[in-house]
Amino acid sequence: MPATFTRHQVETERKDTGIGGKPPVDRRPTGGGGGGDDDWENRPSGRRGPRELLSRYRLGILFALAGDLMFFIALVSAFFVRQSAGHFDARENYISDWHPLSIPPILWINTAILLLSGLTMEIARRQLFHEIDVMEEWLGLGRPAVKRAAPWMIATCVLGVLFLAGQWIAWQQLAAQGLFFSTNPNSHFFYLITGAHGIHLILGIFALLFALGAMFLLRRMEMRQIAVDCTAWYWHTMGIFWLFLFVLLVFFQ
Amino acid sequence: MKQARTAASDTERGFLRRWIFTADHHAIAVQYFLLALAAVAVGTLLSLLMRVHRVWPDTPLPFFGLVKPEDYLALVTMHGTLMIFFVLTVVPQSAFPNLVLTRQIGASQMAFPRLNAAAFWITAASLLVLLSAFFVPGGAPISGWANYPPLSAVPAAGPGQATGMDLWLVSIGLFCIAAILAAVNFLVTILTERCAGMTWSRLPLTVWSWLVTSILTLLAFSVLIAAVVLLLCDRHFGTSFFVPMGDFVNGRVVGHGDGSPLLWLHLFWFFGHPEVYISILPGMGLASSLIANFTRRPVPGYRLMASALVLIGLLGLMVWGHHMFVSGMNPYAGAAFALTTMAIAVPSSAEVLTWLAMLFRGRMQRTTSMLFMLGFLSFFIAGGLSGPILAQPDLDGYLHNTFFVVAHFHLVMAMAGVFSIFAGIYYWFPLMTGRLMNETLGKAHFWISLIAAYGTFFPMHFAGLAGEPRHYERLTGPAHSFAALLPLERGITCAALLLAAAQLIFLWNLLQSARRGRPAGANPWKATTLEWAPARAARITHGPYEYGFRSSESDFISQWEAEAEWE
Repeated sequence: MPATFTRHQVETERKDTGIGGKPPVDRRPTGGGGGGDDDWENRPSGRRGPRELLSRYRLGILFALAGDLMFFIALVSAFFVRQSAGHFDARENYISDWHPLSIPPILWINTAILLLSGLTMEIARRQLFHEIDVMEEWLGLGRPAVKRAAPWMIATCVLGVLFLAGQWIAWQQLAAQGLFFSTNPNSHFFYLITGAHGIHLILGIFALLFALGAMFLLRRMEMRQIAVDCTAWYWHTMGIFWLFLFVLLVFFQ
Repeated sequence: MKQARTAASDTERGFLRRWIFTADHHAIAVQYFLLALAAVAVGTLLSLLMRVHRVWPDTPLPFFGLVKPEDYLALVTMHGTLMIFFVLTVVPQSAFPNLVLTRQIGASQMAFPRLNAAAFWITAASLLVLLSAFFVPGGAPISGWANYPPLSAVPAAGPGQATGMDLWLVSIGLFCIAAILAAVNFLVTILTERCAGMTWSRLPLTVWSWLVTSILTLLAFSVLIAAVVLLLCDRHFGTSFFVPMGDFVNGRVVGHGDGSPLLWLHLFWFFGHPEVYISILPGMGLASSLIANFTRRPVPGYRLMASALVLIGLLGLMVWGHHMFVSGMNPYAGAAFALTTMAIAVPSSAEVLTWLAMLFRGRMQRTTSMLFMLGFLSFFIAGGLSGPILAQPDLDGYLHNTFFVVAHFHLVMAMAGVFSIFAGIYYWFPLMTGRLMNETLGKAHFWISLIAAYGTFFPMHFAGLAGEPRHYERLTGPAHSFAALLPLERGITCAALLLAAAQLIFLWNLLQSARRGRPAGANPWKATTLEWAPARAARITHGPYEYGFRSSESDFISQWEAEAEWE
């Protein structure tokens, strides 16, 4: 069964049969302590039903991204520790080798591009869950959802490449000023953070291309949804990470 | 996915497809066990070389020749890395869950079988990269398993610090990726693949412990990757994250920025301390299950035990600073870390006291796995009691660089961890082979190991209190203030040799029992948890530890047993 028809098993049970039968019974857990819903046996363990696979993959990608978040948190805390590191010279003067960096203005444009790509990605993702299209695809009457989503996916891809190109230009601009990876602690972090994020984005673009191919090649509608959905969550997360990293690089010099 | 599922059930396939290139969690568990066995063999050999060298420093050793001081440090580094990553992490956190996790929650399959297989192969690659460090020019790295900069950041700092150190970093980076992939798989499996009726309060405590350790793995290993990346940048791209200004190594000034070695310590121990819990929490979960099984008593305070596991995991993320009391960290931070460290003794004591309460006047069956579990308990208490001592910054200042710390963590982490692993292997061996391990050999293995392990690690407390430093390669030489400790050291070395020899009994037992051990039957330990169920249960209605019903013919209700009609 395609994933959008039923949100929850309870929903089907609640539906009016339309033949004047008994009114539907609300079997949703009320959360109260009245004993009506504390029958542990009726609680599903994990999600069963049409969205089972989707939620499994979603959960997987979200856990992996939680680990990734810790990776970036470690880099950011290293940024702050390194910023406050210094030493005293022979005359008891505190010396810090941290020189604030003027961020190339193109980063603002890059950020806007990345935000835009998040938007196109989300539009693409929603096409795969558009109920009527999904139903047609599931019945094998063509691939309207895929056809609608593909241009948005390609747009996301193009925007992602544009963002990476913009980051590359920013690196070139810094290098033209004589600021390289090893120049000073601040440039270490600028290159490291943008580089680490850029590698993640390159992986994201590969994931997008994979999802794009998967949409046309995979036979199960469900798997097509999963490919696009997981890529979208990854892409959004990278966008959010970038927002924070951008704020860090611009305002916490 | 579909392919993996059929591969699991299809036994007609060839050896390669069935045991090597497989996504079947059962085969992957066996692969992990073999990998850990190889690692533990090498690691033990290295530790024996170290022990022998300490007491006879001028005698050439077999396979090795004369041990130079830097060779000794390389042995220390590789011993620690092999044991901590490839034995004490791989077995409890990868091999055991692959063997029993899906069965215990009534799932047919892991959530991501191929991810799981990929994790194994990356782990194997990581082990090969690590071992290859022995054979590159300069040999293995010498800066200890924690690899503090600036020594680890400067290739000129020692013979193994060039290529050897790079290999170490690459190996650990790979290991982190593998551990994270495996943890994602376990977490999703536990959250989504439980069978009907397997509610949170019916999960065996081992599953609870894997849930906690998987979360810890996710959070801690990611930070280690970041640390490894930063250190590689320092080594190869001329950055200055960790090397302090004016740092003077091997006659050369190498520091060109205000890098902070403390930063590495923070990042490393933010990983390193949760790592301790990653290797010991599954043992604690297993202890609850096994003690319940062999005393035929339910686990009292199931919810308390589960929440204590979670609490230990949470607190375990907040105590990393207690490894750094003597590192020049802010003393106020030291006080805070001392507090959180002592707080962790509370849930740990709750666990220990519950186990003791279960043992108290219980009808205990002294099977080999139960004996090893008692050994775990004994080491956990003996090593744990020196924990609050070392958690005091003042006392730690004196003891930190002495053998007292070596004694502490070898008892509470290494020996307790290894004994819980042995308990698990003796207990779950029938799942792998359908046969029981030999009890007589097992008991001989246990008693010799127990006595030899105490003989090895307990006297180290006294050596440490006498001030014996833990990073020196010899006690004699120009300064022989510690020569008086040599007799004690000799005793320790003899006990260590005995401890290693006792493991030969285990190996023999393993080989013999795998081929012609006693057939185990369906449920040899009369256990309640689902890994012993004859068939996959569609729906379960019972808790994990329903023992001690003496009125009926069997004194337990297994989880897969159908609910009685009248209920």
